[in-house]
Amino acid sequence: MTHRAQRRWYLPVFAVAALVLLPLSVLLLSWQSIDQQIWSHLWDTQLPRLLGNTLTLVLGVGLGVTLLGVSLAWLTSLCEFPGRRWLDWALMLPFAIPAYVLAFVFVGLLDFSGPVQSLLREWFGSGLRLPRVRSTGGVILVLVLVFYPYVYLLARTAFMAQGKGLMEAARVLGQSPWQAFWRVALPMARPAIGAGVALALMETLADFGAVAVFNFDTFTTAIYKTWYGFFSLSSAAQLASLLLLAVMLVLYGERRARGAVRTGNERPRAQPLYHLRGFKALAASAWCLLVFACAFVIPLLQLLVWFWQRGRSDLDERYTGLILHTLYLGVMAALITVSVALLLAFARRQAPTRVIRSGVSLANLGYALPGSVLAVSIMLAFSYLDRVLVIPLSGFLGGAGKPLLLGSLSALLLAYLVRFIAVAYGPLENSLARIRPSLPEAARSLGVSGPLLFCKVYLPLLLPGALSAALLVFVDVLKEMPATLLMRPFGWDTLAVRIFEMTSEGEWARASLPALTLVLVGLLPVIGLIRRSAHRIG
Amino acid sequence: MLAPKRLLTALALSLMASTAHAADEVVVYSSRIDELIKPVFDAYTAKTGVKIKFITDKEAPLMQRIKAEGENASADLLLTVDAGNLWQAEKMGILQPFTSKVIDANIPLQYRSSAHAWTGLSLRARTLAYSTERVKPSDLSTYEALADKQWEGRLCLRTAKKVYNQSLTATLIEVHGAEKTEQILKGWVGNLSTDVFSDDIAVLEAINAGQCDVGIVNTYYYGRLHKQNPNLAVKLFWPNQGDRGVHVNLSGIGLTRHAPHPEAAKALVEWMTTPEAQRIFADVNQEFPANPAVSPSAEVASWGKFVPDTLPVEIAGKRQAEAIRLMDRAGWN
Repeated sequence: MTHRAQRRWYLPVFAVAALVLLPLSVLLLSWQSIDQQIWSHLWDTQLPRLLGNTLTLVLGVGLGVTLLGVSLAWLTSLCEFPGRRWLDWALMLPFAIPAYVLAFVFVGLLDFSGPVQSLLREWFGSGLRLPRVRSTGGVILVLVLVFYPYVYLLARTAFMAQGKGLMEAARVLGQSPWQAFWRVALPMARPAIGAGVALALMETLADFGAVAVFNFDTFTTAIYKTWYGFFSLSSAAQLASLLLLAVMLVLYGERRARGAVRTGNERPRAQPLYHLRGFKALAASAWCLLVFACAFVIPLLQLLVWFWQRGRSDLDERYTGLILHTLYLGVMAALITVSVALLLAFARRQAPTRVIRSGVSLANLGYALPGSVLAVSIMLAFSYLDRVLVIPLSGFLGGAGKPLLLGSLSALLLAYLVRFIAVAYGPLENSLARIRPSLPEAARSLGVSGPLLFCKVYLPLLLPGALSAALLVFVDVLKEMPATLLMRPFGWDTLAVRIFEMTSEGEWARASLPALTLVLVGLLPVIGLIRRSAHRIG
Repeated sequence: MLAPKRLLTALALSLMASTAHAADEVVVYSSRIDELIKPVFDAYTAKTGVKIKFITDKEAPLMQRIKAEGENASADLLLTVDAGNLWQAEKMGILQPFTSKVIDANIPLQYRSSAHAWTGLSLRARTLAYSTERVKPSDLSTYEALADKQWEGRLCLRTAKKVYNQSLTATLIEVHGAEKTEQILKGWVGNLSTDVFSDDIAVLEAINAGQCDVGIVNTYYYGRLHKQNPNLAVKLFWPNQGDRGVHVNLSGIGLTRHAPHPEAAKALVEWMTTPEAQRIFADVNQEFPANPAVSPSAEVASWGKFVPDTLPVEIAGKRQAEAIRLMDRAGWN
């Protein structure tokens, strides 16, 4: 490819990177003045403990999501056992449950005053002492159960795309299924798994809702405390930029470790590789069922119970509006974000220069920041644009000379783009990487190029990845709270807004209605897309 | 899925929507949630025809948005809870002081900003809650006494990250000074029966379930839980009746510095201090009306009368940062 053709990609990549960079530079500008009193206080009383907590959380969640995601993906994509057909897509459903919802369901259900412990005390006497739910283990468990689908979805797609040739070759060469897994399948799926774990860990680092329910203090807690308590947004932004730095190091490490693993599309399998029987089949079913029950069935049942007890009276015609707003934002944001992420992925493939690579990496940073910090940075950036660009321009053109960005729908959608572009980029880059360059080259030699090449060659092969990406973004937008709260236009309340309002008053049981609705709205595309992707490949 | 054309239209409409300013409307940014403000606003719209648009969020992001919007403000009013937050808004310079004979007549001085930047609308006491099964009311006396040995392993608290606890601590510092307050807080933390909770309802449920015997909560949370569960084995106790009184905080409202509809907004605030509005506003959340001429609901009145702390509530804001540092040092998470 000529240098000139590569340069075509500069403008779009720079535009996207600039959009993400704008709020990030708000964070960097905060370093202009440092409040020593706050810093020395945090250092003396808070940071050592919080850093320890955060490290424990990241290690625990990282291990947990890898274990759950990879084992489940391996079982459902390569083995045959009772229940595999429906568990295959059902195990994706927990993704529709927001972390803060699973957190309040678990604490509500299992804490001292909850129904489970109350019943046990009734049976075994009040002297009974059970392990505490609001503990490090409890937080890790909840976050693993909500974030493992990232790894599951990506690993599953990777395992399925590996085809049967290599694995069968491994078996013919006398490798046991375990050896084949460790030596062939796992190394080949590593980039996908790595991308999934990276997403899960970025979510973990940025999470505030779930850890707040457990009152488990992390680095992100300190950011919020500095802002909401000391009202020092600049110190909070300084802390957030340190968090961002840590995430950049992790992402860099992940990319380096990924190295030059080559993947390619093979002829897909028609049959599962291993037919499990007897005890092994039972164990496989039991493991999948256990995860599915803990991450989805039990929380859903508890939400239903709460809805029946406390939420029924809240159900009115306003819910139609809430659902429509939620759906509209989710669909629009998914479309926009996937298109832009696709653009970035193509740019990186066609023009892998240093500049493009850095631009793409920059564009992916929005996901790692705590939602509220990113939301307020975007808000500040947009209000700045309104002030220096939109108002003078519209005044010059004879318009109203009023701010157009802040408080508008387009600003909210841009905020979603900034936040979730990384979510869409991972799956797309992976799908694209599996298309061998020889394929489009062959097509070109046959005279197919331009848009036709994209539609005929790339699009069909990218579709599963693009659907995964769209699904992830859609559901993430449904669950997104801080940016929606701060930037929604008047009257644009969503289900997540209603959940926020209920939980902010400690009314967890009444939050069951918007939470249930959110889960149901998120479920339909999850089921549809998962079944479709299984159909296409399997 | 929407066709691109419809999408563009929708986008264009939403862009324009944010710029339209009707004369007879007021825009409110509120950290008090939809269901606790909408009944009052609906009543006002029905009475006057003035439309009220609002969004809800946490106070800190809302205040930041008002600041960022600056002269291009869309918000007329900031409605929030806790004097600490209102004081911060005043200090950030995003509020516009104004005097009004109506407000002066309706709301006592200690529940307003001394610079007229905001006024309280409803009151809540942060008081003690105790188990009727394991505690005699005569065992209880003051906030300070919860640091005594007799409460070891029997106390439940909410997280120190909540502004309500920060404001309570601020008043303790005002009365006792930092050193003694730190001793008191260390006593509380030492007496905890379990990790601090993330909300007041959880504190009340823990007392009810027997995890602990006494806690500190806002009155309306008790009202809500009691309404759901009339057999609650928890009651409220008014501490410090022999000295300074029960810690009282408020929800309040202020006019923004660059409010686009200042006159309409002032009229709304004035109306909100009148008995008609005060009754709805306080009753939806089982609070005490800030206007002393209005009596609380029957349920709220049934908790009994008490002597409130007469410190100006502004203290909560002035000493908030100091309070947080002190709570951190005392190990109250």
